[in-house]
Amino acid sequence: MIPKIKRDLNRFKDIIKGRIKQNLKKYITKGELLGAQGKNLISIPLPQIDIPRFRYGQEQMGGVGQGEGKVGTVIGKGAQEGEAQASQAGNLPGEHILEVEVSLEELAQMMAEELNLPRIQPRGRGVVTNFTNKYSSIRPTGSESLRHFKRTYKEALKRQIAFGEYNEKDPIIVPIKRDKRYRFWKPTPRPEYNAAIIYIMDVSGSMGDEQKEIVRIESFWIDTWLRSQYDNIVCRYIIHDAQAKEVDQNTFYHTRESGGTLISSSYKMTKALIDSQYPMEDWNIYIFHFSDGDNWSGEDTKLCIDLLKFHLIPKVNLFCYGQVESRYGSGQFIKDLREVFSQEEKLVTSKIDDKDAIYRSIKDFLGKGK
Amino acid sequence: MSLKGDIHHIRKEIETWARGYGLDFFETIFELVDDHELNEIAAYGGFPTRYPHWRFGMEYDHLCKGYEYGLQKIYEMVINNDPCYAYLMRSNSLVDQKIVIAHVYAHSDFFKNNRFFKDTNRKMMDRMANHAVSIRSFGEQFGYDTVESFIDECLSLENLIDVYHPYEFLHEKKRKEKKNQRALKEKDILGFLVEHAPLEEWQKEILLMLREEAYYFIPQAQTKIMNEGWASFWHSKILTEKILKDSEIIDFADHHAGTLASQPGQINPYKLGIEIFRDIEERWNKGKFGEEYEACDDSEFKKNWDKKCGEGFKKVFEVRKLYNDVTFVDEFLTPDLCERLKLFVYAYNKRNGTYEIMDRDTQKVKEKLLFSLSNFGQPFIYAADENYEGKGNLLLQHDHQGVDLKLTDTKETLERLQKLWKKNVCLETVINGEKRILTFDGKDHHERTL
Repeated sequence: MIPKIKRDLNRFKDIIKGRIKQNLKKYITKGELLGAQGKNLISIPLPQIDIPRFRYGQEQMGGVGQGEGKVGTVIGKGAQEGEAQASQAGNLPGEHILEVEVSLEELAQMMAEELNLPRIQPRGRGVVTNFTNKYSSIRPTGSESLRHFKRTYKEALKRQIAFGEYNEKDPIIVPIKRDKRYRFWKPTPRPEYNAAIIYIMDVSGSMGDEQKEIVRIESFWIDTWLRSQYDNIVCRYIIHDAQAKEVDQNTFYHTRESGGTLISSSYKMTKALIDSQYPMEDWNIYIFHFSDGDNWSGEDTKLCIDLLKFHLIPKVNLFCYGQVESRYGSGQFIKDLREVFSQEEKLVTSKIDDKDAIYRSIKDFLGKGK
Repeated sequence: MSLKGDIHHIRKEIETWARGYGLDFFETIFELVDDHELNEIAAYGGFPTRYPHWRFGMEYDHLCKGYEYGLQKIYEMVINNDPCYAYLMRSNSLVDQKIVIAHVYAHSDFFKNNRFFKDTNRKMMDRMANHAVSIRSFGEQFGYDTVESFIDECLSLENLIDVYHPYEFLHEKKRKEKKNQRALKEKDILGFLVEHAPLEEWQKEILLMLREEAYYFIPQAQTKIMNEGWASFWHSKILTEKILKDSEIIDFADHHAGTLASQPGQINPYKLGIEIFRDIEERWNKGKFGEEYEACDDSEFKKNWDKKCGEGFKKVFEVRKLYNDVTFVDEFLTPDLCERLKLFVYAYNKRNGTYEIMDRDTQKVKEKLLFSLSNFGQPFIYAADENYEGKGNLLLQHDHQGVDLKLTDTKETLERLQKLWKKNVCLETVINGEKRILTFDGKDHHERTL
């Protein structure tokens, strides 16, 4: 009796996931999920799935109620105009909101499917740290629940033929104890890969709150996706204006700074970080840099390009530069990079004009499977 | 698990008292189940053997969450079948179980005796199981997704059946007779589609099964207020007069009050039903009916009216046999009762975006209530022409009675109907006081004024 409802329930959950996927862009570009963690469940409100029927519209319908109150007493709120248009669900009696719980990982998985993100091919030595047990072998003793039916049958058949007990006209196979075969596990080594992600954000005065919000949302989703791809992941966060400094995740997502912009400062810091802690032989390294591209001087840009060319790009899997449109127009930096590195596969640039562009930009960055 | 020990004896005692009062029920089989099992059974509309469909999963999810968060709890489920099946929640307290057992016996009596249940299939448990087997085998033959989406389409049309002539389709003969003199209006649209839509054999079979199930559930929708009122009337009577120990009275009162509680803007069928039944009992006991009583205009005298007729019991049993919600409310909701129950009509106020109390006049309350009960609260829609405009299009007519259809749902329903009909489907309705024809041609929606 029990498995029956489970099947209907699972089917229903699949349908819901389909709904979430349809609206994924909306959820992703909203900042509300920031700060949610890997396996924690997050709750997404969906309008209740309803089977459409010919039915009366609620507004003209009214009805009969019971209780105190004079003529004109308000007994309930109708749907707000805007609300109703956005989600087509109001808080009228009888309409429910479905709270769907998914884990962040699942959501990232859906995003990956929607964006057609390839699975990332890890580079470098896998550091063997773990054995998992796989039921890949067979042995003659074991628990009955693990009995391998086919192999047992084969053994019995072999024995009966060998002893001449097999009758083609009446092919009854009776396994005896020593015919029985059982599944057995074998420890299988599983290589684990390390990844280091370094997020760099320009927090100079020209980056407004909206720009920072875009950066945060985008790096949040990239973070979530990469986390689902590697066993062992380390994130470092660097913010810079005219000076770079390393901060923790919380600060990165919430800080407000202002000042000039010297991009090279952050690249220098990144270089030092990689050299001292993340040797490229053992680590898959990703760098994501977000800025409005308004660097202080051409000279500094030149310095940046040198740093990239000789120190950073050779060591990383991917260097991504996202340029956010700021209210002062967008800067020169993306053009400079594109000119110099037009042939470089490991460097990806993306222009993010507004929140809606986040989705596409994630695909720009991660669509190569590096 | 059937009942054992204490609860078995309690059941026997309640059964004996119930018979003593004159209740006449099917043999009733009780089973104790835990919350998940009960939620599952409830999700399947009481039939654990039903065909697979995602909406049962949705219902289950909803019930489980409601239970876990403490928002709602189902105490029992009772199935109109012979024998009658009743499922009790294992975690109910003993007082709860007593209430619920008495409640179930009254439901069982109602199923057996109310005339609107007369033609329901009393072996529905088996029937549903057979449907499930067929639908599963169609799934294996034609693909689960294909069958599921066909079921989805049919379910959108599930309410398009003829409430007032429920069981005709089982008697092919009658149907043919009717066909010869068929008026233009066919209310049993599901039956109409089986005959006229270009469907595969398996699709026709599924449509017929879903139609049969829809018809089976109609009497329950038609007698919700009466059925729950009847069951509450009896659990209250049997428990307070015969069963309860002194120490249990407070718990009983608490549970009973919870069952009868009403929220503004909603009618609690338990409450309305029990009040009307009690009112009938009192009026017929005291002789507060008939010409003489109506003609009396001394309100003080009327209040103390008591002719010691003692016909209350006889009358309530008669009412439970012959009435349904519409006739029940129409005949027995008196102005006195309406006032005592504080009933009101509410409506939507566009300017404030709120629902507000409009009126407390008995006549208005009754009109509104009867409107929401007639055709079990569904719009009146008829198949009017299977060869509309000479192009094989389907024309449906909505008999507009003051309330427009919900447009978004209407359009989606037309889309699904079109999948069955293949050619254009049209619906004649009224929108904001204007006669309109909505058409869906398989790709786009069109709308024109008639």
